[in-house]
Amino acid sequence: MDALDVARWQFGVTTVYHFLFVPLTIGLSALVAILQTMWVRTGKERYLKLTKFYGKLFLINFAMGVVTGIVQEFQFGMNWSDYSRFVGDIFGAPLAIEALVAFFLESTFIGLWIFGWDRLPKRLHLASIWAAAIGTNLSAYFILAANSFMQNPVGYRINPDTGRAELTDFVAVLTNKVALVTYPHTIAGAFLVAGSLIVAVALWHLIRNRDTTDTPTYRFAAKFGSWVTLIAAAGVLITGDTQGKIMTEVQPMKMAAAEGLYSTESPASFSVLTVGSLDGSRELFAIKIPYLLSYLGTGDPNGTVHGINDLQAQYASQYGPGNYAPIIPVTYWSFRFMIAFGLTAAAIALLVLWTHRKGRAPRSKWLLRAGLLMPLLPLAANAFGWIFTEMGRQPWIVFGEMLTRDGVSRSVSLTEVLTSFTAFTLIYATLAVVEFRLLVRYARAGVPDLTEQPENDNEHDDAERPLAFAY
Amino acid sequence: MELTTIWFLLIAVLFTGYFILEGFDFGVGMLLPVLGRDDRERRVLINTIGPVWDGNEVWLITAGGAMFAAFPEWYATMFSGFYLPLLLILLALIARGVAFEYRHKRPEPSWKRRWDAAIFFGSLVPALLWGVAFANILRGVPLSADHEYVGGLLDLLNPYALLGGVTTAALFLTHGAVFVALKTVGDIRERAGKLAVRVGAGAAVLAVAFLVWTLGIRSSTAAVALAAAAALALLGALAAARVRREGWAFAGTAAAIGLAVATLFAALFPNVLPSTLDAAGTLTATNAASTPYTLKIMSWIAVVFTPIVIAYQGWTYWVFRKRIGVAHIPQH
Ligand code: HDD
Ligand code: HEM
Ligand code: HEM
Repeated sequence: MDALDVARWQFGVTTVYHFLFVPLTIGLSALVAILQTMWVRTGKERYLKLTKFYGKLFLINFAMGVVTGIVQEFQFGMNWSDYSRFVGDIFGAPLAIEALVAFFLESTFIGLWIFGWDRLPKRLHLASIWAAAIGTNLSAYFILAANSFMQNPVGYRINPDTGRAELTDFVAVLTNKVALVTYPHTIAGAFLVAGSLIVAVALWHLIRNRDTTDTPTYRFAAKFGSWVTLIAAAGVLITGDTQGKIMTEVQPMKMAAAEGLYSTESPASFSVLTVGSLDGSRELFAIKIPYLLSYLGTGDPNGTVHGINDLQAQYASQYGPGNYAPIIPVTYWSFRFMIAFGLTAAAIALLVLWTHRKGRAPRSKWLLRAGLLMPLLPLAANAFGWIFTEMGRQPWIVFGEMLTRDGVSRSVSLTEVLTSFTAFTLIYATLAVVEFRLLVRYARAGVPDLTEQPENDNEHDDAERPLAFAY
Repeated sequence: MELTTIWFLLIAVLFTGYFILEGFDFGVGMLLPVLGRDDRERRVLINTIGPVWDGNEVWLITAGGAMFAAFPEWYATMFSGFYLPLLLILLALIARGVAFEYRHKRPEPSWKRRWDAAIFFGSLVPALLWGVAFANILRGVPLSADHEYVGGLLDLLNPYALLGGVTTAALFLTHGAVFVALKTVGDIRERAGKLAVRVGAGAAVLAVAFLVWTLGIRSSTAAVALAAAAALALLGALAAARVRREGWAFAGTAAAIGLAVATLFAALFPNVLPSTLDAAGTLTATNAASTPYTLKIMSWIAVVFTPIVIAYQGWTYWVFRKRIGVAHIPQH
């Protein structure tokens, strides 16, 4: 074990952890904004209840997204300083823009939204949650543009004197074709998580406490969340399909690794299950769907998909001796888990809609159990998607330009990285337990009873009136 | 003016903004066990910064991102070199950020006590360590010819840097006390006002000592002028705090912190991270910078968006301008 290994583990763990909270923030901010808009438009109490209820869950999650994000921002310099030196000219800009354009917007307006219930006019208060949602969704674009540069470097040149990458075309970086399709795919994945959470919580109340005054409210939420989940699943499928084609074009090794495809095939079949030899160079057993991989990768059922062995030989002659294949079992399985987990959530959403048809009510304990699993599935799908994307890029940190091992900080010792890795793991594990319990507690508490708080209380003098919300 | 100079100034502005804004919310966090005698009072304190602390913290994220974009060498060398202090700062910011949101989520006193501790230490640690970090930037650190940090942790804990840490903590404490006096009513306001004067006197002594030592290490005419102005602003703030002109006192501590940070940057220029070993290791605004193309794009973006950000953040402070007291805290 050396500092490089630990730095990689730390990056993987902290980033996957950060991305447990990010999808809910992206998706739920917008969904809460939609619910609040429905309330402002119709004045129906049910929408206000849902806004406040899911708003609370959103905020519990949001806090974690914020604090884990700061770690990401610092980590490039702390653990990957040679990487930062190499790409700073290009990579720093989207990060800075993300902060200036998106994070300020979102953090400021979240503050206004949380504390603004009685201080802002209704519509301005509504605008605050929209501003926060827009900021959040915008922030994802910039960071994904930065990540896409690592997958498919564009708009740069290598300065022969310094050996560094230098920006030559900023528009090309922002319109990187990988970014253009990664963004909708990631956003759709985020809404899949958020929609599923809405369903899960509503379903729990529907099946546990039947026929209360809030039942219609939860019915609406369950259906609303299910539709969001289904539409998001369609989005994920369509964009994922496009992503596959672009990936085959710019990172053929990743596609081959996703499939465990060792030798070039045309037409290539999609592997449902492949077992390879232990050294990972040969295939022993496989179940396959003919033509599907060719279609996924190239759009043509007879297209050629390059295999790992050919690509390895090609890269070795292009970049010098070395192993240019990622860890095949990781890419192979993470790709499959991503798809399977995400689509299972969509299937449950379909089931939930079915049990609600024509005024019927869901009763089944099995549906309840499946429903409770629902938000965890797309969350895992997201994590596997990222593990696939990032591990599939290995051994490169910037594809074709810099190896991961060359990007690590030289001045940081093994002891130091071990200290930080241990510290982050401990604090993150503790907070995971705390946040999960809080989410469950507040999810169980159910929608608030609004009769308690009169909306406009003229009894009290304005200066003396308690705040509508306080920490 | 050279683009690299403009970006040096912009980074200085971002950190100045960060320390002025997060300075008072660190201060409030450190004062939580001092000024907050019971749960309601502590909630009053937390709610004075509740709507704004996250926006304040984004100044740091922006400063970090801007440093990465405009001076990648500076970002890479400093962040890897100051590894353990930055780790502590991160852990503190994590605990503190979550604490604000989670503290009121459960009624048990033991739950609240734990988050109170997180807020206190989460505010104290960065308040100290940012001072240590910036003092080290100014003093210079051991860098090899290829800009790698070659010192250890102990090199960062020299007396000058430690004085820097105590100074920032004392300044933020004063700034926070003045802020509480400005934003609350009743008993807390009285106590905060008195405390501000007492803590402020100590902070003034430390700040003067630190600034004089700073100018002894590195200096320029601008730095001397800024340091003098910082000292005057702090004295003005104390005088205003004594006579309960809280708005003026807050303007004074804000100016003092801003001017003190500006002093450091003015003394540093044109270096960004001097080397105490090999002179070739010294990072300057020129040799640490990105290409002019990147800087030009970033400049346009900064020119367009910074005023917008300042406008809506300013507006938030206006929305939440009312003083609060224990009477305003709802039961749950
Ligand atoms: C709920 C989550 C979810 C679901 C159901 C799917 N994905 Fe996905 N996928 C992600 C969540 C995700 C992700 C976390 O959002 C990733 C990681 C990086 C990215 O762009 O999105 C991702 C990456 C990713 C990549 C890698 C892109 C690259 O590295 O260039 C491909 C090719 C696909 N996906 C394709 C698919 C296909 C064909 C799917 C379904 C049939 C699919 N994904 C379902
Ligand atoms: C879009 C923003 C992202 C950027 C800029 C980025 C950048 C990086 C960098 C610099 C590395 C190299 C360090 C390393 O190899 O460990 C890496 C690896 C990795 N990243 Fe990402 N990442 C991003 C998003 C994510 C997300 C959201 C996840 C997961 C949820 C993720 C998961 C991983 C994993 C698991 C590795 C480890 C690969 C390995 O080291 O073997 N990344 N990423
Ligand atoms: C490894 C690369 C990443 C870095 C450096 C990074 C940086 C950050 C930072 C600094 C925050 C906190 C912002 C605040 O205080 O308000 C944050 C939160 C967030 N990030 Fe990440 N992030 C990374 C990966 C990602 C990815 C891949 C996405 C989206 C696809 C993303 C989207 C978000 C969102 C939506 C939040 C939620 C909370 C918020 O916006 O404050 N991040 N990130």
